Amino acid sequence: MAFGKMKKGLSKTRGGVFARMSRLFTAKRKIDEDLLEELEELLIAGDVGVDTTFYLLDRIRFRVKKERYENAEELDRLIRSEVSDLLLGEEIKQADSKPQVILVVGVNGTGKTTSIAKLATYYTNQGKKVLLAAADTFRAAAIEQLSIWGERIGCDVIKHQQNADPAAVVFDAVNAAQARGADYLIVDTAGRLHTKVNLMNELEKIKKIIQRQIPDAPHEVILVLDAGNGQNAVSQAREFIKSTDVNSIFLTKLDGTARGGVVLSIKRDLGVPVRYVGLGEKAEDMAVFDPAEFVEGLFANE
Amino acid sequence: MLEDLTQKLENAFKKLRGYGKLTEENIADSLKEIRRALLEADVNYKVVKDFIAAVQEKAVGEEVLRSVTPGQMIVKIVHDEMVRLLGISTMDIKTAGIPPTILMLCGLQGSGKTTFAGKLAKYLKKRGRKPMLVAADVYRPAAIEQLKVLGRSLDVPVYDEGVGDPVKIAFNAISAARQQFCDTIILDTAGRLHIDQEMMDELVRVKSRVRPHEILFVADGMTGQDAVNTASEFAGKLDFNGVVLTKMDGDARGGAALSIRAVTGKPIKFISIGEKMDELEQFHPDRIASRILGMGDVVTLVEKAQDGIDQAKAKKLEEKLKRAEFDLEDFLDQLQQIKKMGSLESLLKMIPGVGKQIKNAQVDERGLVRVEAIINSMTKEERLNPKILNGSRRKRIAMGSGTRVQDVNQLMSQFQQMKKMMKQMKGKSLKGFGGMPFGLA
Repeated sequence: MAFGKMKKGLSKTRGGVFARMSRLFTAKRKIDEDLLEELEELLIAGDVGVDTTFYLLDRIRFRVKKERYENAEELDRLIRSEVSDLLLGEEIKQADSKPQVILVVGVNGTGKTTSIAKLATYYTNQGKKVLLAAADTFRAAAIEQLSIWGERIGCDVIKHQQNADPAAVVFDAVNAAQARGADYLIVDTAGRLHTKVNLMNELEKIKKIIQRQIPDAPHEVILVLDAGNGQNAVSQAREFIKSTDVNSIFLTKLDGTARGGVVLSIKRDLGVPVRYVGLGEKAEDMAVFDPAEFVEGLFANE
Repeated sequence: MLEDLTQKLENAFKKLRGYGKLTEENIADSLKEIRRALLEADVNYKVVKDFIAAVQEKAVGEEVLRSVTPGQMIVKIVHDEMVRLLGISTMDIKTAGIPPTILMLCGLQGSGKTTFAGKLAKYLKKRGRKPMLVAADVYRPAAIEQLKVLGRSLDVPVYDEGVGDPVKIAFNAISAARQQFCDTIILDTAGRLHIDQEMMDELVRVKSRVRPHEILFVADGMTGQDAVNTASEFAGKLDFNGVVLTKMDGDARGGAALSIRAVTGKPIKFISIGEKMDELEQFHPDRIASRILGMGDVVTLVEKAQDGIDQAKAKKLEEKLKRAEFDLEDFLDQLQQIKKMGSLESLLKMIPGVGKQIKNAQVDERGLVRVEAIINSMTKEERLNPKILNGSRRKRIAMGSGTRVQDVNQLMSQFQQMKKMMKQMKGKSLKGFGGMPFGLA
């Protein structure tokens, strides 16, 4: 796995990444309420959300008292461990037999299609055979977009016409994946706001279609989340979990200045971990999520 | 969460009953609640800090009016302050003296520029303008194709040169627009990160080459704390004229609106509320303010009610209610008026405190259709005098409306209950009651 890539991707655009964190922690400061208040600001500025921020601060206050931490340097380690612990997730289940089916969902404009291209590249580079399903039949030119990626990466794309029934595309794609002996089938779906019940039901239908052919699939359901999103992402995750049992998050656009701290709330409240991060527009700009590096990015200087 | 902020503040203020003035001490709790509400709504924390300070200054010393509680009072102060900050409403798009007017869109990836370009084209077309879409996003695969498809469906010309230099494309579009007698150019640029110097420079070059009359910054309504960074960077480089908030049909509170406005001082011109091409609204600061505070959008609701309701009929109904002579004919009228106002779900969401509760409960629009069908299957006599509905009549009505006798029975018992309620209210003031069908539903 591309270790350290995430760090590189993050530091690429964040000059003085650790400046503020170090100003906060390495100075020979005592741990006091002022320091904690600054920490609160940092967390909230990183989109962590009020509830989770308070939860973390409470945890830290508790441990500071119990384990008798005194200076700020120790606090640094403490925070890293608290946040990393919060973010750790279990491994994804592997398919009993080929293909491993990955369903990709999310609201509009989070970067689903680009993320799929990245995943496809990632697995193709490992020598796996990847098949893509263009089940976003709604947005104008979405099928073309995926097809162009498919050509560039060198993997087949199963597609129908625009406005076709996405479930039908998925049905064909699962058959094709089995017939062609693909290792991975990655299904692109149309972006939809989580408040649109009919569209969410459509996802449920897609899931059922997959299950009818492969009972233990989809093995991975990835929610693509824009790092720029704020607290609304929790609500997004909650609704998508309801309709499709999301078990992974792909956090995109982390190469900007947004920190995506909301994933902490999502993990804490809903239990879904981040597994991948997107760091640019090229197909290679992806990294497997590393909690430690994420924490450093979270406290980046502005 | 804080769906009903006023309610929460009321609770915080309960112990303060009897105070006639707001003081620093007795508003401390409520300011904390408001701070929280703003942060939950994704307003930037620095903006929140300044904002709370401003509100505190305004609120301290304020007399509490006799008719309201301290909680309501402070929410009003906050609301007013927010509306003031969000700026004057309904800022329209500029028009050039000599056509074509050039409008340029910019923003991050996935903020919804291309969809908004289509909506804006339709919006302008409806107002008698002749827009042309220009595909200057040469980077994202199939972005040009997407704009072309939109253009075709809207019957609006699309100018593109395939994958070329965006600066040139934008410039060439001007003469193309003149040739096709288009009076407005909508320039769809590629999404880019505000920290990508090269890409930002490209926008600056486009700007200086074509001198757009208006630059609109398109921002995702769900954006979090980072909104201030992106907006101020775009503002610094391009000095855009206005902001468009997209994806506001979800349940995001749209705190980004406040952040962007506070940091850049630029007006928010449009909010985009769906994937259909006509789902574009002009921006109303007061409504967004209510939404950010989680107070529901009462103003829009009342406006929709006023639009949808026949005032004369409402007057007649009020008379009838006073005499408790409400019959099924009136009931049907009410149903039809409610339907004119839009989907039940969208209406309910505007009521303070309801939004969150019904989020999971599916509102059954078909229920209304069924009720309507049942009443439509009755004779005029039956509607005016429901008492005569015996078993065989009910059976006939059920058959006629494609429902079951149970459904008819259920409707009748609901109707009886409603009538009972009205009798109890008889004598009480019915002011404003006739205009609002929700009092009945």
